[in-house]
Amino acid sequence: MSYLAAHPLRVALALGAHVELVLGALALAFAIALPLGIRCARGGRVAGLLLGALGAVYTIPSLALLALLVAALGLGTLPIFVALVAYAQFVLVRNVAAGIGGVDAAEREAAIAMGMTARQVLARVELPLALPVIVGGVRIAAVAMVALATLGGYVGASGLGTLIFTGLALHHPDEIIAGSIAACALAIAFDLALRGVERLVSYRSSR
Amino acid sequence: MWASILQHAGRHALLCGEALALAILVGAPLAALGAHRPALRAPLLAVAAVGRTIPSIALLALLLPVLGVGTAPALVALVVLALPPIVVNVDLGIRGVAPAAIDAATGLGMNARQRFGRVVAPLALPVALAGVRTASVEVIASATLATFIGAGGLGDDIVRALQTDDLRLLAAASITVAAMAFAAELFFTRAARALEVRTS
Repeated sequence: MSYLAAHPLRVALALGAHVELVLGALALAFAIALPLGIRCARGGRVAGLLLGALGAVYTIPSLALLALLVAALGLGTLPIFVALVAYAQFVLVRNVAAGIGGVDAAEREAAIAMGMTARQVLARVELPLALPVIVGGVRIAAVAMVALATLGGYVGASGLGTLIFTGLALHHPDEIIAGSIAACALAIAFDLALRGVERLVSYRSSR
Repeated sequence: MWASILQHAGRHALLCGEALALAILVGAPLAALGAHRPALRAPLLAVAAVGRTIPSIALLALLLPVLGVGTAPALVALVVLALPPIVVNVDLGIRGVAPAAIDAATGLGMNARQRFGRVVAPLALPVALAGVRTASVEVIASATLATFIGAGGLGDDIVRALQTDDLRLLAAASITVAAMAFAAELFFTRAARALEVRTS
């Protein structure tokens, strides 16, 4: 707490950079995962292969993945950004596919019987009903991304990791504690906020 | 290069194994006790939910000023990281046991202890093992970060490779950690499936 009192601006800037990094990566990751998840919900061999490949990426320990990306892309924000996007794919794609797959066949048939095209069925029936599961995936991904983004401090990206790794290098316990607690608080805040959204959309769709 | 990796992989595996064993030893009885006691279950699951969101590097770094450098803080951090999935799944497994199975056991004249040992525990085991699987993958991944607080393991090789720009070492160490995580996942998946077949 003494570090926060002494350097409120540094902590706030690091927190801001962290949030910016996570939200940017989450937006891009979701834009990629949504079409992939819709494709996976249709099943078939491609779906199995894709989920298997993304699952394999997910098993690679984050430090190893980040290190490999640094070797390929150099230091800075880019490797951590790519790591965040790649790491989130498995959870996001899996939940989009599971959400759409969990839609009652009767709902789908009713929509088709009403004369909806495949596109309309997707946009007006399947995606709205799948929303709680999709938001659940976004929540898990966001919490994992807050954690992974702290490692960015090790490869020269700004964020809360900068405080932690500077503190570790210079033996400043206060700085380590400030960075760590802020990272925990941010992860919990993301979790609570998205849990709220999850509850909101499941209430809506169950009405 | 391989000698260093092998040595670090051994240390890595030992650290993870110890953490996982301790987490099971602490988490499983707690969750089993709490499964049918709301006063214990509610706080236990609440703490587990928070524990799941805490970034592992933050936890490792936080323990450094308290416990110093080395294996002890790393072990504590890894146990804390392994606990939530184990607690949640043991709880899920025990509460998922069909009431009919427990009634049948009572009808056969089993006492509470026999019921738990012969009916509840075997039926809950596959779900509990799924929690151990999640925990093991998380612990193996997080143990690479333990290098930052001086606990050794394969994280040492990855960090050294980054600092010296040694691509071969980097690839070898990364693939070794990934392979360990993958092997643990496969092992516990198989184990859970084998036990499931036997009990049904």
